[in-house]
Amino acid sequence: MFQTIFVVAVLLLLVKPLGSYMFRVYQGERTFLSIILRPFEGLIYRIAGVNSEEEMGWKRYLLSLLLFNLVLIFSLFLILIFQQILPLNPRHFTGFKWDLAFNTAASFVTNTNWQAYAGEEQASYFTQMAGLAVHNFLSAATGMTVVIAFIRGFARRRTDLLGNFWVDMTRSTLYILMPIATLAALLLASQGVIQNFSDYKKVSLVQQEDYNKPKVDAGGKTVLDSVGKPLLDKTTVKDVTIPMGPVASQEAIKTLGTNGGGFFNANSAHPFENPTPLTNIAEILLILMIPAALTYTFGLMVGNTRQGWTILGIMLFIFLLAFGAVQYMEQGGNPLITKLGVHGVNMEGKEVRFGMAGTSLFTVATTGTSCGAVASMHSSFTPLGGAIPLTLMLLGETVFGGVGSGLYTMLAFAIIAVFVSGLMIGRTPEYLGKKIEVREMWLSLVTILSAGIVVLIFSGIAVATYAGVSSISNPGPHGISEILYAFASMANNNGSAFAGLNADTTFYNILGGLAMLIGRYVPIAAVIAMAGSLASKKYVPPSLGTLPTDKLPFAIWLTLVLFIVGALTFFPSMALGPIVEHLMMLGGA
Amino acid sequence: MSKHEQQKQSVFDRELLKSALFESFKKLDPRALWRNPVMLCVEIASVITLCTFVISLIKHGGEPAWFTGMVSFWLWLTVIFSVFAEALAEGRGKARAESLRQTRTDIMAKVLSKPEFDAEQKSINASDLRKGDTILVEANDLIAGDGDVIAGAALVNESAVTGESAPVVRESGGDRSAVTGGTTVVSGTVIVRISANPGETFIDKMISLIEGAKRRKTPNEVALEVLLIALTLVFILVCANISPLSIYSVKSGGEGIPVSLTILVALFVCLAPTTIAALLPAIGIAGMDRLFQKNVIALSGRAIEAAGDVNVLLLDKTGTITYGNREAVEFVPVGNYSERDVAEAAVISSLADETPEGRSVLVLAKDKFNIEMEKPSDMEVIEFSADTRLSGINSGGKQYRKGASESVIAFVKSLGESTIPEKLGEVVDRIGRAGATPLVVARDKEIIGVINLKDIIKTGIQERFLQLRSMGIRTVMITGDNPLTAAAIAAEAKVDDFLAQAKPEDKLKLIRDNQEAGFMVAMTGDGTNDAPALAQADVAVAMNTGTQPAREAANIIDLDSDPTKLLDIVEVGKQILMTRGNLTTFSISNDIAKYFAIIPAALYSIYPQLGVLNVMRLSSPYTAILSAVIFNALVIPMLVPLALKGSKFRPLPAEKLLIRNLLIYGVGGVITPFIGIKLIDLFVSLFIQSST
Repeated sequence: MFQTIFVVAVLLLLVKPLGSYMFRVYQGERTFLSIILRPFEGLIYRIAGVNSEEEMGWKRYLLSLLLFNLVLIFSLFLILIFQQILPLNPRHFTGFKWDLAFNTAASFVTNTNWQAYAGEEQASYFTQMAGLAVHNFLSAATGMTVVIAFIRGFARRRTDLLGNFWVDMTRSTLYILMPIATLAALLLASQGVIQNFSDYKKVSLVQQEDYNKPKVDAGGKTVLDSVGKPLLDKTTVKDVTIPMGPVASQEAIKTLGTNGGGFFNANSAHPFENPTPLTNIAEILLILMIPAALTYTFGLMVGNTRQGWTILGIMLFIFLLAFGAVQYMEQGGNPLITKLGVHGVNMEGKEVRFGMAGTSLFTVATTGTSCGAVASMHSSFTPLGGAIPLTLMLLGETVFGGVGSGLYTMLAFAIIAVFVSGLMIGRTPEYLGKKIEVREMWLSLVTILSAGIVVLIFSGIAVATYAGVSSISNPGPHGISEILYAFASMANNNGSAFAGLNADTTFYNILGGLAMLIGRYVPIAAVIAMAGSLASKKYVPPSLGTLPTDKLPFAIWLTLVLFIVGALTFFPSMALGPIVEHLMMLGGA
Repeated sequence: MSKHEQQKQSVFDRELLKSALFESFKKLDPRALWRNPVMLCVEIASVITLCTFVISLIKHGGEPAWFTGMVSFWLWLTVIFSVFAEALAEGRGKARAESLRQTRTDIMAKVLSKPEFDAEQKSINASDLRKGDTILVEANDLIAGDGDVIAGAALVNESAVTGESAPVVRESGGDRSAVTGGTTVVSGTVIVRISANPGETFIDKMISLIEGAKRRKTPNEVALEVLLIALTLVFILVCANISPLSIYSVKSGGEGIPVSLTILVALFVCLAPTTIAALLPAIGIAGMDRLFQKNVIALSGRAIEAAGDVNVLLLDKTGTITYGNREAVEFVPVGNYSERDVAEAAVISSLADETPEGRSVLVLAKDKFNIEMEKPSDMEVIEFSADTRLSGINSGGKQYRKGASESVIAFVKSLGESTIPEKLGEVVDRIGRAGATPLVVARDKEIIGVINLKDIIKTGIQERFLQLRSMGIRTVMITGDNPLTAAAIAAEAKVDDFLAQAKPEDKLKLIRDNQEAGFMVAMTGDGTNDAPALAQADVAVAMNTGTQPAREAANIIDLDSDPTKLLDIVEVGKQILMTRGNLTTFSISNDIAKYFAIIPAALYSIYPQLGVLNVMRLSSPYTAILSAVIFNALVIPMLVPLALKGSKFRPLPAEKLLIRNLLIYGVGGVITPFIGIKLIDLFVSLFIQSST
């Protein structure tokens, strides 16, 4: 309880200063960091040949973004494929297979950070830093440019110009992400997050461990006895290998940029990534701060901060609701385990050092935003407890959401809400003084629905094919949850894993890569096109007949629209997944 | 509309239903349904279920044939209800169009070789008339086409267009020169210059508008349709997604049967926003028709919807805010005269004054002092002229005059040495400041007093403006009066703003400035000099009595020439949007109950545990699904009256209106189907049990 209040309080305190700072950055005004960063900024423009004074129309803005991202995907793909001939590879990892490289490249450039690989077992330090960490910055900055262009569409009147993509990109990275990430890395390192280039350490165990290991034949298949049970070999473990690496620097931007791609496979559950309850809270705050503060930047840019606070209020409301729900479900424990005489909360897959509240908070923060880092195994939650993070993703990542992407998706939802409510009061709908017409309507719908559509189609394909079903580790309703979660996570660019599903197969790598690309770039294209159309419109001043969009009734309505769209789209699959699993659990099966 | 005609309309109703039913079968043609993609999907769904029904008849072991048959039957009914609603809305207008069309046939026109009464004339068929022709129209002739009176004056019966049988004056010059083809000259002879080719006349336009032949979807309608299509697409995918999920669940769980095609299709139709999609065309057509009933012709649906958005309303003072004429309300004596003296002199000077103002002087004098006078036999009438700006009579060797203060003073002085009473200036100022017109009365060299002529503000107009204000519409009065007078009248009528001494270019500028500031501007006008401003305004209402240029510049024409009609137009515009919004919300809210009815039923064989979701306790999976389908179909005809009449409009602030409608259509939309489906299930299961 105290943790939650603390996190929310600090977050709210951060919103205004960070929001106004970002506002000044994007307006090109001087900030306290300008004296240091201005020369670098100028240098970047000179090297890149960017005329920072020149603004772009929506088509050029979008084209620049897409080309830039295409180049990034391709270059990351090459780094991954040719990892073995690149430096900083003390473990001599080989290059990624092409499908995994495609999936990972798509994943990191789209700010998804879905990891079908295990960091400490497959990725070299060079890959982690020059390949992955770089994209943690750039993909986050890309999201921010999109939302800023979108807001400019609302704020500007009768112009074709949305700003300069390269300038917005540079400023997002240089003035916002870099300074905060640097501070955050230092803070995390101070708490014990490692930062080195050393080889992995082999350590002898103080207490040797014996266990029965299933026998495998030459083909890698488990050898079975006559009854069909695996043959077991007694094995003694004498020492362990501890992975090392430049973790702190990556950890900072992983959370700040709502990327979520962990250095290690266990992500933020790993003690080198997230060692203490304090770092846990720090990471939660890092995840939430930019998406939350952007609402204030938005308010400043459209000239009415109440508009921003309203959006933030809705996000916070759903956040707390989701937190309460996870907490409630997990606190109740699992009746099946209770029956066995083990009482208490459902701690399976959770880190004891974070406890119940710390875990729930991290879970909601990471899935409500498009972060996707995990501090626990969501698959081990109770069925409905695990359905909450799934729901947060299926709501389109709008509960604070990804950096930039959360706000632009939310604003697209607001346009739909404004449209229907505008009709209900008998007016051609308008939002922030801009009339909502056919173009805005279909572009908003594309923005909010494309991820959902991808989830429906792709999960259908996965369930219908052998390639899809064979990756399921818990058949039945939980299997459906696994697949649903995987595609929800990828299409919404979250990247968190439910665990359980074997994701590193050609099938999932390709389908998932496509899901990430569609889920990212289709909405971005729609949003920037919409920004262009909005910017060219004139401003309609509010009158008595205008529905105020900065008051409670509209906030409630927008929240309902969010839930209704989500519920109508996913009720059947939820029924066949988590809901029936929950009912079966209650029924004792 | 008169009582007589209303009766006629209700007699029509049975006919109307019959012909609408007939029309609706024509509309089932997929090529016609293409315009309504959501319903086209439902039709395809109906075809699919018809196929599954046929299969279930042949092949045993699957779903019972009564189930697939009933589902198919009700899906077809859903489509039919939808097209029926549209046909019904169109039908109402068609009856009217039919009577209009009759006026067009076989009119002969007397074409003149040149526009003079005694010119050579030739009789030709009205359909051969071309723009620019001049025709002669005499008493009892039908006017052969739209045009302007260029010579003469006539009384015209326009009941064919307006439904109003009292004839109106049409004369050359001024603002009353336009005539409409198909109307009848009652008396008098006029020369008309034809202004529209056959097929493009006002009546032609009306007919095509009423019949909906030219009805184009408004931008707002298209935007809503985009939303509905997107939702439909999502629901197609949702249903398609259930199929592999259920197959997998059967495989992994080892029991039950996958969800069948019939059930998937039924679920799709129930989820798709059929209610609003079915009623969407009817809402727009019915809205136009409601305006027709109020004698307003909208030349496009877009104009009506724009009317719902109007922020600024420009109103001509005269005839809109005030009665056309000023009225004497007070006699103010000056010098040593009494009020009665003023009344007497005013009456004498007004004896020959036939203007309403002059008449009002006599009325006031009679009311106050019971003064009544005959016209003296030696009366010499002095007509009002723009030069002298006074009028009166000479009688019994005395000259009685009344007129503007300066003019009367000049008149008095012209007769020789005279004293102007000190109080006069003060009285004239006082009256002027109050927004009224002072008329000074003089007998020879003596100034006797002042008549206070006041603009009489229409009763109830303040309330209407108050209503407008509560809807967020700012009213601006346009008047040729001086700013002082204008301010006083504006204050009394409670308009928000005024434009005094307005010239046509001032009006145009006012509209442009407002539009530049982002406002939607509506304007009413009738004169030719209003035409540029009308053309600029977003919503331009021309009076039917107005000139041809004014009518052409407008997008809405008021046949009754009643400028406050704009309120009705705004109301209908808002109603159309509200009805759409409310039905959309209702339609989507309904889905929640339908999910709770269908999902547990569809998955019952796989996961009986999902029975807890069957919160309505529906009796069996088949009846549950069927009940949802039946509810979905029946709700369309139930809502047809709402679609045709429109949601009730209330002048409430936006937020209150939203909350109200959300409670009625949102919350109501969630609850209603739970009750409806449960009741239908009770009924259906009774039926099923008795038959098996």
